[in-house]
Amino acid sequence: MEKQLLRITVNNEYHELYVKPKRLLVEVLRDELELTGTKRGCNTGACCACTVLLNGVTVKSCSILAMQADGTEVTTVEGLAEGGKLSPIQRSFLDHGAYQCGFCTSGMLISATALINEKPSPTKKQIKEAIHGNICRCTGYNSIIRAIKAVAEGKYKEEE
Amino acid sequence: MKKYSVINTPIHNIDGIAKITGRAEYAFDIKLPHMLYGKILRSPYPHAKILKINTKKAEGLTGVKAVVTGKDTLGIKQGIWRRFKELCDEEILARSKVRYIGEPVAAVAAVDEDTAEEAMDLIEIEYESLPGVFEPIEAIKEGAPQLHEHAERNINVTRHIEWGDVDEGFKKADHVREDWFRCSSQHHVCMETHNAVASFTPDKKLTVWTSTQSHYYIQVLLSWVLGLRENDVRVISRYTGGGFGSKFELDSAQFCSSLLSMKLFKPVKIILTREEEFMATKRRTPMFYYLRTGVKKDGTFLAKEGRVFTEGGAYTSMGATALYLTGFFQAFPYVWPSYRYDGYRVYTNTAPTSAMRGFGAPQATFCAETQIDLIANDLGIDPIKIRRKNAMYPGYEVPGQATIQSCGLSQCLDKIEKWIKSQGKLPPNRGIGIAAYGFMSGGIFNWFDTPYAFSSAVIQVNIDGKVDLYIGSQDMGQGSNTTMTMICAEELGVQVEDIRLHMGDTESCPVDLGAWGSRETLMQGNAVKMAAAKAKQQIIEYAAAKLSPNIVYDLDIKDRWVHLIARPERGLSYYDVVKEAIRGKDGQPIIARGHYTPHRKGMISPAYSFGVQAVDAEVDPDTGKITLKNCVTAHDCGQVINPLGVKGQLEGAMAMAAGYGYTEDPSMDEGKILNPNLVDYKVLRATEMPETKVIEVETYEPEGPFGAKEAGEGLTNPTAGALGNAVFHATGLSVKNLPITPEKVLEALKEKKKKKKK
Repeated sequence: MEKQLLRITVNNEYHELYVKPKRLLVEVLRDELELTGTKRGCNTGACCACTVLLNGVTVKSCSILAMQADGTEVTTVEGLAEGGKLSPIQRSFLDHGAYQCGFCTSGMLISATALINEKPSPTKKQIKEAIHGNICRCTGYNSIIRAIKAVAEGKYKEEE
Repeated sequence: MKKYSVINTPIHNIDGIAKITGRAEYAFDIKLPHMLYGKILRSPYPHAKILKINTKKAEGLTGVKAVVTGKDTLGIKQGIWRRFKELCDEEILARSKVRYIGEPVAAVAAVDEDTAEEAMDLIEIEYESLPGVFEPIEAIKEGAPQLHEHAERNINVTRHIEWGDVDEGFKKADHVREDWFRCSSQHHVCMETHNAVASFTPDKKLTVWTSTQSHYYIQVLLSWVLGLRENDVRVISRYTGGGFGSKFELDSAQFCSSLLSMKLFKPVKIILTREEEFMATKRRTPMFYYLRTGVKKDGTFLAKEGRVFTEGGAYTSMGATALYLTGFFQAFPYVWPSYRYDGYRVYTNTAPTSAMRGFGAPQATFCAETQIDLIANDLGIDPIKIRRKNAMYPGYEVPGQATIQSCGLSQCLDKIEKWIKSQGKLPPNRGIGIAAYGFMSGGIFNWFDTPYAFSSAVIQVNIDGKVDLYIGSQDMGQGSNTTMTMICAEELGVQVEDIRLHMGDTESCPVDLGAWGSRETLMQGNAVKMAAAKAKQQIIEYAAAKLSPNIVYDLDIKDRWVHLIARPERGLSYYDVVKEAIRGKDGQPIIARGHYTPHRKGMISPAYSFGVQAVDAEVDPDTGKITLKNCVTAHDCGQVINPLGVKGQLEGAMAMAAGYGYTEDPSMDEGKILNPNLVDYKVLRATEMPETKVIEVETYEPEGPFGAKEAGEGLTNPTAGALGNAVFHATGLSVKNLPITPEKVLEALKEKKKKKKK
């Protein structure tokens, strides 16, 4: 099948590239744009390791075609820190040891970022629900929940 | 001066920044110039002869570069128990017979994954289906289909452990209980599936990037099956996306990508899909357990007899070790005057079963702790009291097996008893169950037959005081990189940021057997500590010359200050001393080595962790659904190295073990896994996690670095048992068949009602 033109802004950088219509967003991010921070854990939309922000909303990048993201703005884990400054969620993850092997961490950080953007002071239940889809096999989730809660409580501000 | 400046402080994981910014490069992410992509064709039959394989059509497909089958291999039957030839029984690419659904029979390399996938449909294989056998109890019967020529009645390995006079013990007993248990399998579900990128070059050297728990084991096994010199194989594994026991044997991605690369002289990458991961990688060993136990009226343990039949699957893998460890930990963590264990590992036409976090001990602990609560109930004794009465203690010798040095079990029982009392009376259908456990800090056995020390470390101190630490251990998320950095910094007297760690590469790192059996903190930790102590000694010699103290004074380094121990204010900056020392050594950096191999430490491990866990659960009598409310663990891991790391390990182990207890149900029909995906196979999600609390009971383990021992694997042992006991106390029902699903709870509730009516 003929390749199509994809116009996409990823982490504030505009790209134009030709992709096969059946290419998944995660494949374009990882293979074409070399943003390998976004992982794949199942390819069936069941683990959320591939979660990215699409126009500010979480999507599983293994479950949408790249062409469906044409004209959108995407944020991956590589876009969370700016100019070497970690985001509040990232700093809180460090302090709370909210990652172990690290393979689910990118998706987890993105889900947490979306939650805080949408509801700056979520309850514990809302935090758990926001990351319900993200499987972590290492931490048992509670350190992640503590990390997000600390951000929600205003303990981590954007760095100046 | 503070006792420690680094140990027991919550230190950020040293790989943290890489992991939270997406910079950590896993083998999964490796992309090399001219790289090809591979796929593995697997058997659809549980038991069949391979009559013919025709790869012509597949090879003719545009984009396909090579197809390999068993004929392209050296036909070596490999295994990790290298000291025992008959236990090396797995070819990886089958030549004449397949023994489980998912066994690899061919592999393809093509320009992309889609083409490789298409090519697999074009490989023609003629099989002759053979009758299969799927349960160990059936497979051991005379006349059952036989998997391997050498194994009559499919018996793969047997194990016998015995001490004391068991028969006499039963004679003296006031109360004897017999129970049968069924322990299910469990999948590791590492978030990074097995994968490898292999690159073979015309100088006959092979480099393999892979996700592994032991780059050394993979190096040795690959060189063996491929006929290469050991050190012409380089294995690189900087980050590993979870292991849990699934990644220290040679796997199909590593073997097939290497074979294809050797044929093509181009890099080949193979990533297993999640479905392949479920179907065809190893898993926790299912066990059928018979337990007979005799006790005195007052709850004193007298005799125990255990018999186990384990579903081995098609090959030995690490299952032989699980068979031994389940027998040993069946008697843990109590004093049994007499004990007899007979284990049978039986071949079946299912995917091989092997090591998984806890390594046979979670199964043993589930059965033992469930039965202890039943006995306590029979005799009207409190569950805490009966455990305290029989608890292991410091200095206890497990006859012929092990010596327990540090042991905080009694203190753990005290802490848990206090917590239970603080909860007051629980509402109906709620119950608190407990389970006590222990685990090893690295195995002593060497069936792999390594001629090297079990762990080694090398240190180089540079002119600016920066320390290069080279270790062989593997971080798969458990945090050993940080632990080793902290041990090195403390012993040398510097800070974590003074250390630059080198790991995950057989070319530059000394040998360590890898991250399994909770080895790293104690074994690699001791090697690092020894190397750091030797480097420190060299620095101190120069400082002594400069400070010229009275000869009776000792020097030490703490927090970058080289000083007289008795007069800490008299000292020199570490950085200044290092500069001069290197100048004084004719410009040579300070280099030191350390190593560790356990000698005369019994049969199992040099040290044991202990703990008690309480699970508070609610059972819905209408649906049978279990909800976890609280999980509290009192834990003795000796001296805590990194509190942040230990807490994470304990919570994570609990989540995995709770999954084993009530949600993870690997269903199988005639060797076929029915739920090979993350929707139908249910690992715990954030919404199901209970509140968790960890109470540290500090002890000092003389064999461990700074007194440290195992933390994190052992906690996989108690949860299923504690959860089962919580259900027992909530409903009066004991489910002896894992996992404790709503269906099983409802079934048991119905039975109970029926009995009541009668």
